[in-house]
Amino acid sequence: MSKPLCRPLSVVAGAALFSFTATPAFAQAAKIDPADTAWMITATALVLMMTLPGLALFYAGMVRKKNVLATMAQSLAALIICSLLWVVIGYTLAFTGEGPVIGTMDRFMLIGMTMDSAHALAKTIPEALFMIYQMTFAIITVALVSGSVAERIRFSAFFWFCVGWLLLVYVPIAHWVWGGGFLGAAGVLDFAGGLVVHLNCGVAGLVAAFMLGTRRGYGTENLAPFNLGLAVVGTGLLWVGWFGFNGGSALGANSRAVYAIVATHLAASAGALAWMLMEWWTRGKPSVLGMVSGAVAGLGTITPASGFVLPWHGIVIGLIAGTICFWACTKLKQKLGYDDSLDVFGVHGIGGLTGTLLTGVFATAAVSATADAPGLPGLLEGNANQLLMQAYGVVVTIVWSGAVTWLLLKVISFMVPLRVAPQQELEGLDITQHGEALQI
Amino acid sequence: MKLVTAVIKPFKLEDVRDALNTMGVHGMTVTEVKGYGRQKGHTEIYRGAEYAVNFLPKVRIEIAVPSDRADKVVDAITSAAKTGQIGDGKIFVTDIERAVRIRTGETDNDAL
Repeated sequence: MSKPLCRPLSVVAGAALFSFTATPAFAQAAKIDPADTAWMITATALVLMMTLPGLALFYAGMVRKKNVLATMAQSLAALIICSLLWVVIGYTLAFTGEGPVIGTMDRFMLIGMTMDSAHALAKTIPEALFMIYQMTFAIITVALVSGSVAERIRFSAFFWFCVGWLLLVYVPIAHWVWGGGFLGAAGVLDFAGGLVVHLNCGVAGLVAAFMLGTRRGYGTENLAPFNLGLAVVGTGLLWVGWFGFNGGSALGANSRAVYAIVATHLAASAGALAWMLMEWWTRGKPSVLGMVSGAVAGLGTITPASGFVLPWHGIVIGLIAGTICFWACTKLKQKLGYDDSLDVFGVHGIGGLTGTLLTGVFATAAVSATADAPGLPGLLEGNANQLLMQAYGVVVTIVWSGAVTWLLLKVISFMVPLRVAPQQELEGLDITQHGEALQI
Repeated sequence: MKLVTAVIKPFKLEDVRDALNTMGVHGMTVTEVKGYGRQKGHTEIYRGAEYAVNFLPKVRIEIAVPSDRADKVVDAITSAAKTGQIGDGKIFVTDIERAVRIRTGETDNDAL
């Protein structure tokens, strides 16, 4: 072929070959630190436990008896589908390359990952461990959305939702914030998933709740929780698991992980206290559901900030979380009339949003400083720009999550109705979707 | 033979059982039920959502007795189950046509 064509062609071919073999995201023969690895294995197990049985119990305890098993099935479905899709294509698109918008196919089916390779973000642990740790985050984010559509979503619709939402919403946002994409590159801070997990699933849940409509009998009939005892047990598993969620996001067994854990625990406690006090004041009695909701609100809100702030900031952030999320789950929900059955938007959405912004306020340079780099300060340390960065991340997440969730559900609705039939909703999802019933 | 059916407050079950045992009536069937009469329910609130709960937990006791003992049994249950507060419950007495003890085949009054 002619010279003018040959050269650009060979350049392109060379670049393609290069991109397939030596991406900056990976290091060969990295120094695996046993302590970091041991902690991260534990953290992975803790975060997995948050979905199963943590979230399964938390959610199932709050729905009516006839829908308990079906609600658990939704967490199970998210777990199964996301685990398999993550290793096939999720991980590679989220965490490889330096593309601003999406990753590469370098780790398609995990090809190229070896026992010695490490991800650039976690050089002291095996890459496979980083991969599976991130998998547990994807799993729980998808599972969380099920709370908004509980007691009325068709299982087949939810199944397809898991497939599409993981790939079209979670993976891009994870890449943008953590995987080398444009939000992280711009300086948006999200330690463990205020944007990627909580605001993301909260917005998606809100959109889904609007699209599916309210449950039959919402506002008129008794939709009281089947067994709040299960919900409390679930909360315990979530709370403890969150030590792995936030602590593990330090990707190492170090002081930063511990600071994150302490801030997390204090935020959970403060969040529970705040919600409890709000209820005591407005209703006359503090409810158990309120206490656990406040705790989860605190946990979700501290998530983006946990590795950037001082532990005592966790108390302040937790108190704010409990108060704001209480308002969102009572006043805001009533005002706008949506049936976000298990308050995914009210707790995780609003919590993630608040926490992401508060990260911009409370970020303390000393916490994130390393030997190579100065830390990241927030508003209280004189850096107002961080707050703007955080708001930028919030807006992008809301827009992408909201729009693509809507589109995905629209497409799914052309294949299968999103909601079960009215008669099925009356009989219950357990028997109509799964052919099973609690024998109690 | 009479079937004495009493719907009472759950925490009164032991008192009623003791009272019946004292007068020589052994054997009863107990079920947990829900119900209301003049007693209003209560309101439960879950994350801002209020639900009026009209059905209150009660316990239903069924005792089969010879007809001549029915009145004494009713009196015993009444004094044992009474609190004086609204919601104490009710007692109904109905006829039993036939009774059989399964183990021995004894019938009617011999079965009670």
